[in-house]
Amino acid sequence: MPERRCIIVGAGHAASQLATSLRQEGWTGQILLIGEEACLPYNRPPLSKTFLSGEKSLDDILIRHAAAYEKMAVEFMLGVGVARIDRNAKKVILTDDTELEYDKLALTTGSRARRVELPGSELAGVCYLRNIADVAMIQNFVAAGRQAVIVGGGYIGLETAAMLKQCGMGVTVLELASRVMNRVTAPEVSAFYTRVHREEGVTIVTDVAVSGFEGTTAVQAVNCADGRTFTADLVVMGIGVVPNVELAQAAGLQVDNGILVDGHGRSSDPDIVAAGDCTRHYNPGYQAMLRLESVQNAVDQAKVAAATLCENPKEYNALPWFWSDQFDVKLQIAGISSGYDALVIRGDIEQGRKFAAFYLNAGHVIAVDAVNSPLDFLQGKRLIIDKIPVNLDDLANAQIPVKALLDAVSG
Amino acid sequence: MPLVTYISHDGAINEIEVSNGSSVMQGAVDNMIDGIVAECGGACSCATCHCYVDEAWLDRIPPADAMEKDMLECVLEPQPGSRLSCQIKLTPALDGLVVRLPESQF
Repeated sequence: MPERRCIIVGAGHAASQLATSLRQEGWTGQILLIGEEACLPYNRPPLSKTFLSGEKSLDDILIRHAAAYEKMAVEFMLGVGVARIDRNAKKVILTDDTELEYDKLALTTGSRARRVELPGSELAGVCYLRNIADVAMIQNFVAAGRQAVIVGGGYIGLETAAMLKQCGMGVTVLELASRVMNRVTAPEVSAFYTRVHREEGVTIVTDVAVSGFEGTTAVQAVNCADGRTFTADLVVMGIGVVPNVELAQAAGLQVDNGILVDGHGRSSDPDIVAAGDCTRHYNPGYQAMLRLESVQNAVDQAKVAAATLCENPKEYNALPWFWSDQFDVKLQIAGISSGYDALVIRGDIEQGRKFAAFYLNAGHVIAVDAVNSPLDFLQGKRLIIDKIPVNLDDLANAQIPVKALLDAVSG
Repeated sequence: MPLVTYISHDGAINEIEVSNGSSVMQGAVDNMIDGIVAECGGACSCATCHCYVDEAWLDRIPPADAMEKDMLECVLEPQPGSRLSCQIKLTPALDGLVVRLPESQF
């Protein structure tokens, strides 16, 4: 009988972890990762941070080095895409028509930058930021004293704005909504980030819709629906991501704003698991369907999916968490804040750069945004996971350590 | 390359050569050493790469910065040798370094 083969489609964070976890869980057959990009799996978060600035190289941001995969006997086919999956024949067909049989298949196809077609979007200098090639493109247009316009005031937009400002560029952020980071944080936290960016010299414009780009070959200006125009030598579009579900959909797997997976990372085909940005799952803690765009989800779901393939099923119940670095502000977010009915601020959000915002629902903390406050972040995680009831006044009182609130219950 | 000895909570010993400039965390991640999780990939953001540096080596490693110290305050079972392994960069002077791994990172 031939050796069993697990094919992993997509070579990002989830893929690297899934391959490693397969070995740890005892998979002895072949492991083959297929990735469209020509390089080994790398950490994506630094792309809009230290990689963009040139402080870190590709080698610095690889999740694992080549020797590590060799040691684990994990094989790669890079620079090639998967055209389709034939579930009946248990084969994947590559874009170069190669056919590969699988015993088990893992989809870690990730997500891609949401694109928008506007007049002038094809001009040089109108960029997106999702992978190494995107950053290389952006770097062609980075120069001190020149103007960058960032479209979208979410994490990617603001992180990029901060980094380009630090590279000496003039930076303007254009946000469609009435505040930055409106999808993920409370208005109070949005106001904090607006203040920080303004203090650092970034211009933030809200309630503005971009209508097109001007220039002859390279972009020179961004036009807005209300008639305003912003000079630009570089435009970075940071308007969200869409999950890469097309392969799964064409193969007839259940897809609904993400490849649907159960608590064990299983898709609607028992021989196919999926993990990371491309998936959507039911989170029992938040009693909601979640599609998460984060390293934590990629890593934790990949571990669960690998365990499933090795017939040692584990339940996916990790608390979602995220981070974002902008200027000297390190934001760590635990939990999902949607549906909060009370917000408690601990620390000086008005003038300072160190505080935590706790989101509560029915007297329990459901999420925390910790700004330069790792202690509040880590202890906030405990408040969420252990569902510890808290007194709002105590939580707001920075003189009382959060640890005391934890101990009050557990002790 | 500097040799790093990782001693797992169950006593398992792994001796691994880690490149100069790489971190104690990366050496563990590259070699499937379970006790280090390292979710954030070395950004000093998650405190899931906590380790205990052997006493003999403590003075030879640059001290933790303010952010790392804050993170270390809330790891499970802190000890005098507690460090985040992503913040320990290997140099020829650290050849022979010994670190112990905690039972859990959470």
